[in-house]
Amino acid sequence: MNAGWVAIRAGGRRGWIELRHTFTTPSDLVTLVVWTAILLTVMLWMRTTTVPGTHFSLGTAMLASMIGMTVAFNGLATLGGILTVEREDGTLLRAKATPNGMTGYLIGKVITVSGTIAIGVAATLITGAFLFSGLAVGSAATWLTLIPVLLIGLLATLPIGAVLGSLFPSARSAGLLTLAIGGLAAISGIFYPITHLPHWLQWIGQAFPMYWLGLGTRSALLPANLASVEIGHSWRHLATFGVLTAWAVAGLLVAPLLLRWVARRESGSSVAARREKVLRQVAG
Amino acid sequence: MSVLNWSGVLSPHVARLAPGEPAGDLVLDVRDLRMRYGRNDVLSGVSFTARRGEVLALLGPNGAGKTTTIEILEGFRMRSSGQVSVLGTDPAHGGEAWRARIGVVLQSWRDHGKWQVRELLAHLGSYYAPYAAPGLPRPWDVDELIATVGLDEQARQRVRRLSGGQRRRLDVAIGIVGRPELLFLDEPTAGFDPEARREFHDLVHRLADREEATIMLTTHDLDEAEKLADRILILAGGRIVADGSADELSRRMSTQAEVRWSRDGQRFVHSADEPTRFVRELFRQYGESVEDLEVRRASLEDTYMALVRQAETGAGLGGDEVTRTFTVVAG
Repeated sequence: MNAGWVAIRAGGRRGWIELRHTFTTPSDLVTLVVWTAILLTVMLWMRTTTVPGTHFSLGTAMLASMIGMTVAFNGLATLGGILTVEREDGTLLRAKATPNGMTGYLIGKVITVSGTIAIGVAATLITGAFLFSGLAVGSAATWLTLIPVLLIGLLATLPIGAVLGSLFPSARSAGLLTLAIGGLAAISGIFYPITHLPHWLQWIGQAFPMYWLGLGTRSALLPANLASVEIGHSWRHLATFGVLTAWAVAGLLVAPLLLRWVARRESGSSVAARREKVLRQVAG
Repeated sequence: MSVLNWSGVLSPHVARLAPGEPAGDLVLDVRDLRMRYGRNDVLSGVSFTARRGEVLALLGPNGAGKTTTIEILEGFRMRSSGQVSVLGTDPAHGGEAWRARIGVVLQSWRDHGKWQVRELLAHLGSYYAPYAAPGLPRPWDVDELIATVGLDEQARQRVRRLSGGQRRRLDVAIGIVGRPELLFLDEPTAGFDPEARREFHDLVHRLADREEATIMLTTHDLDEAEKLADRILILAGGRIVADGSADELSRRMSTQAEVRWSRDGQRFVHSADEPTRFVRELFRQYGESVEDLEVRRASLEDTYMALVRQAETGAGLGGDEVTRTFTVVAG
C-alpha cells in the first residue's frame, strides 16, 4: 500500500483517538463543560435584555454569535496552543522521527480540533434551542447557511492557528495568544452589535476572521430583520465568504512553509533546551 | 593470543577498511565531520564507521559533541561540513523510506501522555507497514513488542502514569517498533534500577544478534559501554580520540598493571610495568607463602580518564597527535 495513503489513514485514526481522549480525560472535559456553562449563564442573564433598537433578546443574539466565536477561538487559539505545547513535550519531534509522521500528525490535529469544535457547536445549539426562543434551528435555510459558514470558518482559522503555533516560542507565551484572541472577541461584535463601537475599532474587528464568522452564524440563526443592527444593515454574505476565503488562502499558503521550517528545527537538544528553560522559569 | 599494535600518527580519518572488504556492509560512514556554531567548533573532524550488527558506544565528557554527532546522523541537524553516510544515504537528504529504517530513542520524551501504551505503539507502528520487505516484517507485532520490553501489565495504562523506568522502556519500544536496521539510543538507561538495566542490556544484545540491527548509543556509564559495545568511540575536544573494543582501549593505555597479594596475613599492592615478570619474581622469592594474588589491568574508567585528560591538555598539540589508530593482529 502507498505510504502516503497509510499516513493519511493513520492521521484519521490519530484524530479520532485524541478526540476520544479529550472526552475521557476528566480535566479536559471539565474545562469544556465549565466554559460552555459560563457562556450559557451569561447569555441567560441577557435573555430579557434586548438588542438595541429591536425587541429581540440580546441573549439569543449572543448565542448565535457564540457559535462563530467557538470556531474562531478553537481554530486559532486551541490549535496554536496545542502546537506550542507539543513542540515543547517532543510530540512533534516524535512525528518527525516516524516515516510520514508529520502528515499523520497534522491530519490528526485538524480532525481533533474540528471535532472538538463540532461537538462544542452542537452542545451550544442543542442547549440553546431549549433555553432560548427565536433561534431558527428548524429551517433548512439556516443549515444551508450555517454549515458552509462553519466549514469556510475552519479553513480560515485552522491554518492561521498553525502559523501562530509555529511563531510562539513557548507554551507560556502562547497564553498571550489566548488573551489576544479574547480581546479580539470583544471588538468583533460577538457580545454586542459592532455598530456601537467607534469606527476605527470596527475596522480593526472587520480585518479578522472572528467578526465574519460571528456575522455568518448570526445570519444563519437569527431573523432577517436583525440585519438592521449590522454594518450596512445587511448580513453581507458575499463579503463574509470573500474575507474568510482570503484568510483561508493566506493561511494555507503560509502554514505549510512555517510548519516545515519549525519541523526542520526540531531535534532532541532543542526539545531538551526548551524543557530546561521552562524548569528554570518555574524555579526562579 | 592477539598482539596489539598502534601507530602514533594519523590519517585524517580513522575509518578502517581492510583491503577487499565490501564497503556495502557499512551502515555508518562518517568522514571529517565538522560542526561549527558561530566561532565555536563543536566537532572538528570526526571520522568513524560502523558495520551491520555492530554495537557502538559513544563516550565523552559533557559538551564534547556526542548529542550533536548523533543528531546529525539522525538527520535532525545540518552539519557544517564533512561526508556522512547513514545506511548509504546522506541524512541531510534522507527521505521517508530512509527514515523508516532508523529508530531513535532520545534522552527526554514527555509526549503522548494521554495515550495508552498499547494504543500508542500500535498507532506509531502503523506508519511502518508500507516499508515492510521480504524477510523484514514491519512493524513489530505490538503484543510481542510489549512483552519484549516487559510492559505487559502497563499495556492499557496511560503513558503519563508510567514510572520513569517504564517510560524509558516505552521509549525504547517506540524506537524499535519499525524494526530499525539502525538504532540510536541517547543515554538509554539513565534512571534505571539495576534489574531494569540488566533487562535492557539483554534486549540490546538480542536486537544486535537476532535482528542484526546496528546500534549506536551514548552513555555516561562506562560499565554499560563495556558490557554492551563491540566498539567504543571516545569523543573529546571535538574529535574521536579512541576507537576500539574496551579491551583494546585498556591495553592501549595501560603501561602499568596493579598487582595485589598477601603474605603472612599482610596485604601488598604494587604497580608493575611488566606484571608477568614481576609475578614470576614474586613467586621465585616467596614461593608458596604468596596468597590472594590478583593482577589487574587498567579499567575502562582509568583509560577513559587518561584519554580525555590527554585530549583536553593536548588540544594545543594539533589533532594528529591525539588521534591514534590501532589494529589487532591475530598471531
